[in-house]
Amino acid sequence: MTRRPTRLDKKFDLLREKTEQGTLKAPSSNRALNKLASNKLAVLGLAFVTIMILASVFAPLVTQYDPQKVDLRMMLKPPSADHILGTDKIGRDVFARIIYGGQISILVGLGSALGAALIGVSIGAYTGYKGGWWDSTFLRISEVVMSFPQIILVLMLVTILGQSLMNLIIIFTLTGWGSLYRLTRAQMLSLREEEYVQALRAFGLNTFTICFKHILPNALGPIMVNITLSTAMFILQEAGLSFLGLGVPLNIPTWGNILNVAQDLRILQNYWWVWLPSAVTISLFVLAINFVGDGLRDTTDPTMQG
Amino acid sequence: MPSQEKILHINGLKTYFPVRKGLLRTVAAHVKAVDGVDLEIYRGETLGLVGESGCGKTTLGKSIIQLVGAVGGQILYHEGEQTFDLLNLSPEEFKHIRQKIQIVFQDPHSSLNPAFTVFGSLQDPLKLYGVKTKAERRKIIGDLLEAVNMRREQMDNYPHEFSGGQRQRIGIARALCVNPEIVICDEAVSALDVSIQAQVLQLLQEIKEARGLTYIFITHDLSVVEYISDRVAVMYLGKIVELAESEALYRTPRHPYTQALLSAIPIADLDRKSDRIVLEGDVPNPVSPPSGCAFHPRCPKFKSLSEPEKQRCMGESPQLSDATQLTQPHLVSCHYPN
Repeated sequence: MTRRPTRLDKKFDLLREKTEQGTLKAPSSNRALNKLASNKLAVLGLAFVTIMILASVFAPLVTQYDPQKVDLRMMLKPPSADHILGTDKIGRDVFARIIYGGQISILVGLGSALGAALIGVSIGAYTGYKGGWWDSTFLRISEVVMSFPQIILVLMLVTILGQSLMNLIIIFTLTGWGSLYRLTRAQMLSLREEEYVQALRAFGLNTFTICFKHILPNALGPIMVNITLSTAMFILQEAGLSFLGLGVPLNIPTWGNILNVAQDLRILQNYWWVWLPSAVTISLFVLAINFVGDGLRDTTDPTMQG
Repeated sequence: MPSQEKILHINGLKTYFPVRKGLLRTVAAHVKAVDGVDLEIYRGETLGLVGESGCGKTTLGKSIIQLVGAVGGQILYHEGEQTFDLLNLSPEEFKHIRQKIQIVFQDPHSSLNPAFTVFGSLQDPLKLYGVKTKAERRKIIGDLLEAVNMRREQMDNYPHEFSGGQRQRIGIARALCVNPEIVICDEAVSALDVSIQAQVLQLLQEIKEARGLTYIFITHDLSVVEYISDRVAVMYLGKIVELAESEALYRTPRHPYTQALLSAIPIADLDRKSDRIVLEGDVPNPVSPPSGCAFHPRCPKFKSLSEPEKQRCMGESPQLSDATQLTQPHLVSCHYPN
């Protein structure tokens, strides 16, 4: 009886063919890179994220339009050869606004997520491992920060610090470190009981080495995923705040600022090109980041083969 | 063969864990995991430490290596003419002594860091103890792997690529990497299947002879202890109840608890009927151990005692003392040993 050949059979045949021809290359030395490269969704996501970031950074090369230039003769024109995504209420090129908007949106999202991760992970890892007085103190602080209505906290901070891009990132970092802190702490609480940690303690290694070098890599998977999710969350938060007039100043284009016109029912129903591209961009970008996050999680976990 | 030179002297060691209750997390009681243990360990011997789950044998091991803090007593480490109290060391002494006692753990799956190769896991302790260059570290770790019957190249593999027995051998190699004098084997073979157990035990014996180590072998498996130990200490509820040469203890157990434990070893002989002594009830709560002899509520012998004798068992805590007056001490903590 013959077995139906499976996907693996094909793969094996291919490998054998290559071996016989002597063209089989030894896998390159970096295991992590190989693994990430073999995850198609992650590669796709990474490609999309990279393209968006590059397009945003080199926006002047991608489009010749100024995202802020008002052209009252070209109000609400549908997509055409001149304006590939049409124009908005006051005649600004939608495509240019999305590309330039990416600069700010990505910067706010990624910057805040990394800032929050830096604070949350370092505090969470250390106090979670040490336990005791510091641990309970920071746990209470994070509970206070997280239980306070975030929008009011942001309002307060904007009033105190003033409205600017940098301040927005600082505010997001200060209000958003709680979830990453708690995640890291929870990971540490379970990992610190592992026997290899006790073995390291028996050698008398110092707390920092044990905590950050030996234990933290095992907690990185969920942290990576959380950072990517936070990036997405901060991009959305920025949009929400921009709508309230508290986020990025309204004259600067961001994905959130562009979306706001969809508040107007007339535009929502009749002029899809004004808001849909920006909405799709946000969704795709967030999705792509999540794919990258999943890929990274699998990469950082050495027990996941293939 | 074990010498008569003391290497470790444990004196009235107590390790209590606080039980916190209520809103303010005030300490309501203590779990007396190790409650006044006296133990002398001689250079080059293997001391078996046996007892039921929860009797405090692992806590005793971890107290010696200070993974849990003891609340009282002394652990004296003798090195040449010098004596160090492990519970009372200056930072420099601490670093020096810490490497002298190492531990091999029970669970081969959690005892190695999954994020690091064997080399990655083992190199930091070596760095700490002054092996400066990478080449030297690789050489030492390679030699250690060969000492535990593994291949030198395997230092670049991750833990998930090894079997349970291999991981346990890596665990042994790790304990050896800083040249300890005493190795505490905490249930070191309990998680392995029997054929691998035999291999690892054999390996432990070989290493001990080659390096002149002293073992404290913690286990609940009495047949393993019989195979490997020179002396055996039996623990019950945080105290040592019997301590004797391995052979003497197995041949003529004095404490009723030891007798019950030994009667539970299965014997592969159809003609011999074992007189199994079944203990009633569970191990008492170590938060509030029974008065007098902690074993009396479960003691098979207690029932047959006369009333004044029972009163003594219930009221007076027995001391660990020599029961036989023979050349080799056979210590029992029982008012009426066999």
